[in-house]
Amino acid sequence: MSRIEIRNVSKNFNKTNALKNVCLALEPNKIYGLMGRNGAGKTTLLNIISNKLFASSGEVLIDGETAVENDNVQAKIFCMAEKNIYPVNMKVKDGIKWTKEFYPKFNTKYAYELANSFELNTDKKIKDLSTGYNSVFTLILGLASGASVILFDEPVLGLDANHRELFYRELITNYIEQPKTIVISTHLIDEIAEVLEEIIIIKDGEIILSEPVDKVLLLGYKVSGDCTKVDKYTKHKNVIREETMGRFKAATVYQNLDNVDKESIELLGLEIATVKLQELIISLTNS
Amino acid sequence: MQLNMSSEKPIFLQFAEELEDNILKGIFEEETQIPSTTEVAIKFKINPATANRGVNVLVDEGIIYKKRGIGMFVSTGARDKIIAKRKNAFYESYILSLLEEAKNLNITKGEIISLIERGCHNEQN
Repeated sequence: MSRIEIRNVSKNFNKTNALKNVCLALEPNKIYGLMGRNGAGKTTLLNIISNKLFASSGEVLIDGETAVENDNVQAKIFCMAEKNIYPVNMKVKDGIKWTKEFYPKFNTKYAYELANSFELNTDKKIKDLSTGYNSVFTLILGLASGASVILFDEPVLGLDANHRELFYRELITNYIEQPKTIVISTHLIDEIAEVLEEIIIIKDGEIILSEPVDKVLLLGYKVSGDCTKVDKYTKHKNVIREETMGRFKAATVYQNLDNVDKESIELLGLEIATVKLQELIISLTNS
Repeated sequence: MQLNMSSEKPIFLQFAEELEDNILKGIFEEETQIPSTTEVAIKFKINPATANRGVNVLVDEGIIYKKRGIGMFVSTGARDKIIAKRKNAFYESYILSLLEEAKNLNITKGEIISLIERGCHNEQN
């Protein structure tokens, strides 16, 4: 059980503000999805939580203790690492042994079982793994780490559909058997939606939303029909996306579906529909 | 069981409806045990909290009940309850949308009725 508190965290790289005053609390034993476009700050945020990067200002607390240079705290967190942190000639099986040194609760037997299910050759050198198998290797380490917080940074990168499905299933099984806080950053939104409990959206270094999945789905809706009527309806509303085809127009409105005046939509002869998660996130993160 | 993740309906409601479908079809019989939420969560790769919410909808409606430490069971009379509930929704979800599409296509009331009769006839054969 670990609670993560991110307080006013900013990160500057030269002149780029990668994170701007991020405040976020991650509750114990929930599965979070971290969504955002390339370069939005997802990896930077995960790297600051796991002490791979220092924040320019602000702090990260794990169970009330600072995450910076704190071995006691970092032993609770597993963050998917990039390939190049491993020694050049290290084999997969040595990588497994090595990870056990850092994570006292690491389950070697489980790691080998997973390697077997994913058909990962543990005698191979880590540097020779394909993109997909490199993802498989690191996600196995994460699942077997025994850490109470696992940060998955694009865990399914390069994985084929079979392996992605296997990963989602293993993740849920692992989570049920040993509840933990899990953060997953991914671009495959619709695929992961059912696995998640909460969604965090980051845009240009700022958290623009952090809500339970079911609530997110109610945050917007689509009205469509004759374009002048759609315009009339959306005049004083927050429209986050518009598509037109001839006289037909569909507008995505950012307003809670529960507060919608359905009668006025019907009177105008317009159609109302809910928005899919992926569509909503695309609309919210468009520049 | 098939959950449609791209549908706009919340996943927990889809899950609840799937359980209802299986009760209606007699796959889950009254007073028999149904799979646990953890089993279902793993099988369908859904968050256990979501599976729980779906189950709780049916518990609140008295369609299934929980036995502490044992599991979940289909209530007596569950089938009738589901049928009654769905009959109420039938008008809204099927008849109204049928009439709307018929209007778009200029299909008359008489034509709709004869189409329904044709459907019933084919069903019987």
